[in-house]
Amino acid sequence: MSGLASGTVLVGVDGINVAKNVGFGIIAAVMIFAALCVVTTRNVVHGALWLVVVLGGVAAQYLLAAAEFVAISQVLVYIGAVMVLFLFGIMLTRAKIGADSDLNNRSWALGIPVALLLLGVLGYVIIDGLRDTVVPDRGPTPTVLLSDGYLGPYLVPFLAISFVLLAAAIGAIVIARKD
Amino acid sequence: MLAVNFLLLSAVLFSIGVYGVLARRNAVMVLMSVELVLNAVVLNLVAFAVINGSVDGQIFALFAIAIAAAEVGVGLAMVLLVYRNRRSIALDELSEMRG
Repeated sequence: MSGLASGTVLVGVDGINVAKNVGFGIIAAVMIFAALCVVTTRNVVHGALWLVVVLGGVAAQYLLAAAEFVAISQVLVYIGAVMVLFLFGIMLTRAKIGADSDLNNRSWALGIPVALLLLGVLGYVIIDGLRDTVVPDRGPTPTVLLSDGYLGPYLVPFLAISFVLLAAAIGAIVIARKD
Repeated sequence: MLAVNFLLLSAVLFSIGVYGVLARRNAVMVLMSVELVLNAVVLNLVAFAVINGSVDGQIFALFAIAIAAAEVGVGLAMVLLVYRNRRSIALDELSEMRG
Protein backbone atom coordinates (compact mmCIF):
# COMPACT_ATOMS: atom_id res chain seq x y z
CA MET A 1 0.00 0.00 0.00
CA SER A 2 2.90 2.36 0.67
CA GLY A 3 3.93 1.81 -2.95
CA LEU A 4 0.52 2.89 -4.20
CA ALA A 5 0.65 6.00 -2.00
CA SER A 6 4.04 7.05 -3.32
CA GLY A 7 2.79 6.40 -6.85
CA THR A 8 0.00 8.94 -6.42
CA VAL A 9 2.44 11.45 -4.95
CA LEU A 10 4.67 11.07 -8.01
CA VAL A 11 1.94 12.27 -10.39
CA GLY A 12 2.88 15.85 -11.17
CA VAL A 13 6.63 15.29 -11.07
CA ASP A 14 8.53 16.25 -14.24
CA GLY A 15 8.36 13.75 -17.04
CA ILE A 16 4.80 12.65 -16.27
CA ASN A 17 2.46 13.43 -19.14
CA VAL A 18 -0.94 14.03 -17.50
CA ALA A 19 -2.99 13.65 -20.69
CA LYS A 20 -1.34 10.31 -21.41
CA ASN A 21 -2.02 9.19 -17.85
CA VAL A 22 -5.71 10.10 -18.10
CA GLY A 23 -6.05 8.29 -21.43
CA PHE A 24 -4.27 5.29 -20.02
CA GLY A 25 -6.59 5.20 -17.00
CA ILE A 26 -9.78 5.38 -19.04
CA ILE A 27 -8.65 2.68 -21.49
CA ALA A 28 -7.39 0.49 -18.64
CA ALA A 29 -10.71 0.74 -16.78
CA VAL A 30 -12.63 -0.25 -19.91
CA MET A 31 -10.23 -3.14 -20.54
CA ILE A 32 -10.51 -4.52 -17.01
CA PHE A 33 -14.31 -4.28 -17.07
CA ALA A 34 -14.43 -6.04 -20.45
CA ALA A 35 -12.00 -8.75 -19.28
CA LEU A 36 -14.20 -9.40 -16.23
CA CYS A 37 -17.18 -9.68 -18.56
CA VAL A 38 -15.27 -12.20 -20.73
CA VAL A 39 -14.74 -14.54 -17.77
CA THR A 40 -18.14 -14.06 -16.14
CA THR A 41 -20.68 -13.74 -18.98
CA ARG A 42 -23.22 -16.52 -19.45
CA ASN A 43 -23.33 -16.10 -23.21
CA VAL A 44 -20.45 -17.46 -25.31
CA VAL A 45 -20.97 -15.02 -28.20
CA HIS A 46 -21.07 -12.06 -25.81
CA GLY A 47 -17.82 -13.34 -24.31
CA ALA A 48 -16.18 -13.25 -27.74
CA LEU A 49 -17.45 -9.70 -28.35
CA TRP A 50 -16.18 -8.48 -24.96
CA LEU A 51 -12.83 -10.04 -25.89
CA VAL A 52 -12.79 -7.72 -28.95
CA VAL A 53 -13.03 -4.75 -26.54
CA VAL A 54 -10.07 -6.06 -24.52
CA LEU A 55 -7.96 -6.67 -27.62
CA GLY A 56 -8.78 -3.22 -29.00
CA GLY A 57 -7.83 -1.70 -25.65
CA VAL A 58 -4.51 -3.53 -25.74
CA ALA A 59 -3.89 -2.08 -29.22
CA ALA A 60 -4.63 1.41 -27.84
CA GLN A 61 -2.16 0.84 -25.01
CA TYR A 62 0.48 -0.13 -27.58
CA LEU A 63 -0.12 3.24 -29.25
CA LEU A 64 0.42 4.95 -25.88
CA ALA A 65 3.65 2.95 -25.53
CA ALA A 66 4.88 4.31 -28.90
CA ALA A 67 4.60 0.92 -30.65
CA GLU A 68 2.52 1.70 -33.73
CA PHE A 69 3.54 -1.31 -35.78
CA VAL A 70 2.70 -3.72 -32.97
CA ALA A 71 -0.65 -1.95 -32.47
CA ILE A 72 -1.59 -2.33 -36.13
CA SER A 73 -0.46 -5.96 -36.10
CA GLN A 74 -2.58 -6.53 -33.00
CA VAL A 75 -5.66 -5.17 -34.77
CA LEU A 76 -4.97 -7.17 -37.94
CA VAL A 77 -4.08 -10.47 -36.28
CA TYR A 78 -6.31 -10.53 -33.21
CA ILE A 79 -9.41 -8.53 -34.08
CA GLY A 80 -9.20 -9.51 -37.75
CA ALA A 81 -8.16 -13.15 -37.78
CA VAL A 82 -8.29 -14.67 -34.30
CA MET A 83 -11.77 -13.35 -33.52
CA VAL A 84 -13.12 -14.78 -36.79
CA LEU A 85 -11.59 -18.12 -35.81
CA PHE A 86 -13.26 -17.90 -32.39
CA LEU A 87 -16.64 -17.07 -33.87
CA PHE A 88 -16.29 -19.98 -36.30
CA GLY A 89 -15.34 -22.23 -33.37
CA ILE A 90 -18.41 -21.09 -31.45
CA MET A 91 -20.69 -21.69 -34.43
CA LEU A 92 -19.22 -25.07 -35.37
CA THR A 93 -19.52 -26.41 -31.82
CA ARG A 94 -23.16 -25.27 -31.80
CA ALA A 95 -23.00 -23.26 -28.61
CA LYS A 96 -26.34 -22.24 -27.24
CA ILE A 97 -27.61 -18.94 -28.64
CA GLY A 98 -28.54 -16.95 -25.57
CA ALA A 99 -27.71 -17.47 -21.93
CA ASP A 100 -26.19 -20.78 -20.89
CA SER A 101 -26.09 -21.59 -17.18
CA ASP A 102 -23.62 -24.42 -17.72
CA LEU A 103 -20.46 -22.51 -18.67
CA ASN A 104 -18.58 -22.84 -15.36
CA ASN A 105 -17.02 -25.78 -13.58
CA ARG A 106 -18.56 -27.08 -10.39
CA SER A 107 -15.49 -25.85 -8.49
CA TRP A 108 -15.27 -22.49 -10.27
CA ALA A 109 -15.08 -20.55 -6.99
CA LEU A 110 -11.63 -22.05 -6.40
CA GLY A 111 -10.35 -19.83 -9.21
CA ILE A 112 -11.05 -16.60 -7.29
CA PRO A 113 -8.53 -17.08 -4.44
CA VAL A 114 -5.95 -18.41 -6.90
CA ALA A 115 -6.32 -15.34 -9.14
CA LEU A 116 -6.29 -12.95 -6.17
CA LEU A 117 -3.17 -14.59 -4.73
CA LEU A 118 -1.45 -14.34 -8.11
CA LEU A 119 -2.47 -10.69 -8.44
CA GLY A 120 -1.18 -9.97 -4.95
CA VAL A 121 2.21 -11.55 -5.57
CA LEU A 122 2.63 -9.93 -9.00
CA GLY A 123 1.46 -6.54 -7.75
CA TYR A 124 3.79 -6.65 -4.74
CA VAL A 125 6.81 -7.55 -6.88
CA ILE A 126 6.00 -4.88 -9.50
CA ILE A 127 5.41 -2.09 -6.98
CA ASP A 128 8.40 -3.11 -4.89
CA GLY A 129 10.80 -3.34 -7.81
CA LEU A 130 9.74 -0.63 -10.27
CA ARG A 131 8.05 1.95 -8.05
CA ASP A 132 10.06 4.92 -9.26
CA THR A 133 10.65 3.96 -12.88
CA VAL A 134 9.18 6.58 -15.22
CA VAL A 135 8.31 5.74 -18.83
CA PRO A 136 10.12 8.36 -20.92
CA ASP A 137 8.05 10.28 -23.48
CA ARG A 138 9.26 8.78 -26.74
CA GLY A 139 8.17 9.57 -30.26
CA PRO A 140 6.89 6.90 -32.64
CA THR A 141 9.17 3.92 -33.25
CA PRO A 142 10.38 3.95 -36.88
CA THR A 143 9.24 0.71 -38.50
CA VAL A 144 12.62 0.52 -40.24
CA LEU A 145 14.16 -0.33 -36.87
CA LEU A 146 11.82 -3.32 -36.55
CA SER A 147 12.59 -4.53 -40.06
CA ASP A 148 16.33 -4.10 -39.43
CA GLY A 149 15.90 -6.30 -36.37
CA TYR A 150 13.99 -9.00 -38.24
CA LEU A 151 16.35 -9.13 -41.20
CA GLY A 152 19.47 -8.67 -39.07
CA PRO A 153 20.11 -10.22 -35.64
CA TYR A 154 16.71 -11.96 -35.48
CA LEU A 155 16.75 -13.50 -38.96
CA VAL A 156 16.97 -17.11 -37.77
CA PRO A 157 14.09 -16.81 -35.23
CA PHE A 158 12.09 -15.05 -37.96
CA LEU A 159 12.56 -17.98 -40.34
CA ALA A 160 11.82 -20.42 -37.51
CA ILE A 161 8.54 -18.67 -36.73
CA SER A 162 7.57 -18.89 -40.39
CA PHE A 163 8.03 -22.66 -40.20
CA VAL A 164 6.07 -22.81 -36.95
CA LEU A 165 3.17 -20.98 -38.59
CA LEU A 166 3.30 -23.29 -41.62
CA ALA A 167 3.39 -26.37 -39.39
CA ALA A 168 0.50 -25.04 -37.27
CA ALA A 169 -1.62 -24.33 -40.36
CA ILE A 170 -1.00 -27.81 -41.82
CA GLY A 171 -1.51 -29.40 -38.40
CA ALA A 172 -4.82 -27.60 -37.88
CA ILE A 173 -6.05 -28.80 -41.28
CA VAL A 174 -4.97 -32.38 -40.59
CA ILE A 175 -6.56 -32.42 -37.14
CA ALA A 176 -9.87 -30.84 -38.13
CA ARG A 177 -10.58 -32.44 -41.48
CA LYS A 178 -13.16 -35.18 -41.88
CA ASP A 179 -11.86 -38.47 -43.27
CA MET B 1 3.76 7.94 -17.13
CA LEU B 2 4.91 5.46 -14.52
CA ALA B 3 6.13 2.01 -15.47
CA VAL B 4 3.92 0.43 -12.80
CA ASN B 5 0.82 1.61 -14.72
CA PHE B 6 1.48 -0.74 -17.61
CA LEU B 7 2.78 -3.58 -15.46
CA LEU B 8 -0.12 -3.48 -12.97
CA LEU B 9 -2.69 -3.41 -15.80
CA SER B 10 -0.93 -6.39 -17.31
CA ALA B 11 -0.92 -8.22 -13.95
CA VAL B 12 -4.67 -7.63 -13.55
CA LEU B 13 -5.38 -8.94 -17.05
CA PHE B 14 -3.15 -11.96 -16.38
CA SER B 15 -4.99 -12.80 -13.15
CA ILE B 16 -8.40 -12.44 -14.80
CA GLY B 17 -7.24 -14.77 -17.55
CA VAL B 18 -5.99 -17.34 -15.04
CA TYR B 19 -9.34 -17.20 -13.26
CA GLY B 20 -11.09 -17.80 -16.59
CA VAL B 21 -8.90 -20.80 -17.39
CA LEU B 22 -9.64 -22.33 -13.98
CA ALA B 23 -13.35 -21.53 -13.80
CA ARG B 24 -14.63 -22.07 -17.32
CA ARG B 25 -16.05 -25.38 -18.50
CA ASN B 26 -16.56 -24.59 -22.17
CA ALA B 27 -13.33 -25.24 -24.13
CA VAL B 28 -13.79 -22.19 -26.38
CA MET B 29 -14.15 -19.95 -23.32
CA VAL B 30 -10.94 -21.43 -21.89
CA LEU B 31 -9.14 -20.56 -25.15
CA MET B 32 -10.45 -16.98 -24.88
CA SER B 33 -9.06 -16.74 -21.34
CA VAL B 34 -5.70 -17.99 -22.64
CA GLU B 35 -5.81 -15.10 -25.13
CA LEU B 36 -6.24 -12.69 -22.19
CA VAL B 37 -3.13 -14.17 -20.53
CA LEU B 38 -1.08 -13.96 -23.75
CA ASN B 39 -2.10 -10.34 -24.32
CA ALA B 40 -1.07 -9.43 -20.79
CA VAL B 41 2.39 -10.88 -21.42
CA VAL B 42 2.79 -9.08 -24.76
CA LEU B 43 1.72 -5.82 -23.13
CA ASN B 44 4.59 -6.32 -20.67
CA LEU B 45 7.05 -6.85 -23.53
CA VAL B 46 5.98 -3.63 -25.24
CA ALA B 47 6.04 -1.69 -21.96
CA PHE B 48 9.61 -2.79 -21.24
CA ALA B 49 10.58 -1.90 -24.81
CA VAL B 50 9.45 1.69 -24.28
CA ILE B 51 10.99 1.88 -20.79
CA ASN B 52 14.40 0.73 -22.02
CA GLY B 53 14.26 2.64 -25.30
CA SER B 54 15.04 -0.53 -27.25
CA VAL B 55 13.14 -2.04 -30.14
CA ASP B 56 13.89 -5.65 -29.15
CA GLY B 57 10.80 -5.86 -26.94
CA GLN B 58 8.56 -4.96 -29.87
CA ILE B 59 10.27 -7.58 -32.04
CA PHE B 60 9.59 -10.20 -29.37
CA ALA B 61 6.00 -8.95 -29.06
CA LEU B 62 5.42 -9.65 -32.74
CA PHE B 63 6.95 -13.12 -32.33
CA ALA B 64 4.56 -13.75 -29.43
CA ILE B 65 1.57 -12.54 -31.51
CA ALA B 66 2.52 -14.97 -34.30
CA ILE B 67 2.82 -17.87 -31.82
CA ALA B 68 -0.55 -16.92 -30.31
CA ALA B 69 -2.18 -17.01 -33.75
CA ALA B 70 -0.76 -20.49 -34.36
CA GLU B 71 -1.91 -21.60 -30.91
CA VAL B 72 -5.50 -20.48 -31.54
CA GLY B 73 -5.59 -22.28 -34.90
CA VAL B 74 -4.40 -25.60 -33.51
CA GLY B 75 -6.42 -25.23 -30.30
CA LEU B 76 -9.69 -24.62 -32.11
CA ALA B 77 -8.99 -27.52 -34.47
CA MET B 78 -8.58 -29.77 -31.43
CA VAL B 79 -11.80 -28.42 -29.90
CA LEU B 80 -13.62 -29.17 -33.16
CA LEU B 81 -12.24 -32.72 -33.15
CA VAL B 82 -13.37 -33.25 -29.55
CA TYR B 83 -16.81 -31.88 -30.43
CA ARG B 84 -17.10 -34.16 -33.45
CA ASN B 85 -16.20 -37.25 -31.42
CA ARG B 86 -18.18 -36.51 -28.26
CA ARG B 87 -20.91 -33.97 -29.21
CA SER B 88 -19.77 -31.81 -26.28
CA ILE B 89 -16.85 -29.52 -25.43
CA ALA B 90 -17.33 -29.55 -21.65
CA LEU B 91 -13.83 -30.02 -20.30
CA ASP B 92 -14.83 -31.84 -17.11
CA GLU B 93 -16.37 -34.66 -19.14
CA LEU B 94 -13.04 -35.51 -20.77
CA SER B 95 -12.00 -37.92 -18.02
CA GLU B 96 -11.38 -41.27 -19.73
CA MET B 97 -7.68 -41.18 -18.84
CA ARG B 98 -8.32 -40.69 -15.12
CA GLY B 99 -6.51 -43.43 -13.17
